Amino acid sequence: MMRALVALIGRDLKLAFRRGGETLMPLFFLFAVIILVPLGVGPEPNLLASLAPGMIWIAALLSALLALDGLFRSDYEDGSLEQWLLSPWPLAVLAATRLFSHWIITGIPVIIVSPLAAQMLYLPAEALPVLVLSLLLGTPILSLLGGLAASLTLGTNRGSVMLSILVFPLFVPVLIFATGAVSAAADGMDPGADLGLLSALLVLALTLVPIGTAAALRLNLE
Amino acid sequence: MWQKIKVAFHKLGSPAYFYGFSGRLLPWLWIAFGGLAAWGLYQALFVVPPDYQQGDSYRILFIHVPSAWQAMMTYVTMSVLAVITLVWRIRIAEIMAMVSAPIGAAFTLICLTTGALWGKPTWGTYWAWDARLTSMLVLLFIYLGIMGLYAAFEDRRKGARVASVLILVGLVNIPIIHFSVEWWTTLHQGATIRLFGESTMDPSMIEPLIYMTIATKVLYAALLLMRSRTELADQDRRRAWVRQRVAGSTARG
Repeated sequence: MMRALVALIGRDLKLAFRRGGETLMPLFFLFAVIILVPLGVGPEPNLLASLAPGMIWIAALLSALLALDGLFRSDYEDGSLEQWLLSPWPLAVLAATRLFSHWIITGIPVIIVSPLAAQMLYLPAEALPVLVLSLLLGTPILSLLGGLAASLTLGTNRGSVMLSILVFPLFVPVLIFATGAVSAAADGMDPGADLGLLSALLVLALTLVPIGTAAALRLNLE
Repeated sequence: MWQKIKVAFHKLGSPAYFYGFSGRLLPWLWIAFGGLAAWGLYQALFVVPPDYQQGDSYRILFIHVPSAWQAMMTYVTMSVLAVITLVWRIRIAEIMAMVSAPIGAAFTLICLTTGALWGKPTWGTYWAWDARLTSMLVLLFIYLGIMGLYAAFEDRRKGARVASVLILVGLVNIPIIHFSVEWWTTLHQGATIRLFGESTMDPSMIEPLIYMTIATKVLYAALLLMRSRTELADQDRRRAWVRQRVAGSTARG
């Protein structure tokens, strides 16, 4: 079983890296937002510092959205998903593996460059570890919920528009708790409560989303 | 007896029987709604004394609170129907779950609008980014997402099943709305009406509120049946039972 999953991740990563440009798109997008905000609202350090948690998180959220539509679509169209159904492994585990590669491709780069983005927006240094931690806990939730929405819209012909409508209310709690934690840390308060709630969301999403995604994939393949 | 109930329940699963049965039930529901709403509104607007702090502006409560409750209850009802859809694939349940979404969205919108109008004189602002207001707004967008997802499918039965999965995902939001005023200290007041223990509301205000609450439940039932009949007839427009009824009604009328 392990070998099948590793092969699946390897295939997804290989495809993403050979396409090159697509892997870098989320990062370009993140930096476009980070650069445009100071130009839009003015380079005042205090203002930017108070906006920083929200801006970085919204940029991370939107860049997670970018790669979502293609998550299952090409496999749906060329029939690979039907092979998933026929394979001896549970569909939920295969779907979770696909979502994990989505997180590697869109989540990890954002986490790696987030200290740089934080510097550009003058986020106080003591809030930086909390920002990275909140991204570590939060971006997997984005990939999971986004994957669920992608599997739901698979059978429709205007998938990408529907996708952003479906995903946005689901992302709200993640955004609230993550930015709450970072802002609390920037103000010198304890971010523990928000980080705890974020971890709870992650556990909940990790256990339930693969099952929901598998159900949605199965319905769309009927 | 039990056998009779079971047979009656299964009969309701037949589109033609359901169409006829709900058609006979609907006028009674509308009469009940009209009576309850008229009596409740009369009491709320003319009989109950004004609030010592808010004056007359609090009277919008008699629309605001019942529609807020109904917005959440519609979601719970819709979730039960979604489970029935996914597990037993009963077609009437599918249709009832799907037509519940626009009704629930309408109640949510009424709740948000009346809340905004009430907020201006009492809080001094139409909108606040308070936990309950925000979670209610999220509920509205979940309702819209369900409607959009259902509409995006060519095959409506498939759309109903996929949207049912989304309904169950969105169910997470309901306890958040319900407990938001207790978990976070925010602008919206805590619950003043309790089923168990003493309510912190004046007893004279409770009676019209009960009438209005029952009236909204009846309104939901009436709208649900009406929309289900239309959707059912539309989906089955080429089937014999609809043709018979349409032909029958034109022959008679």
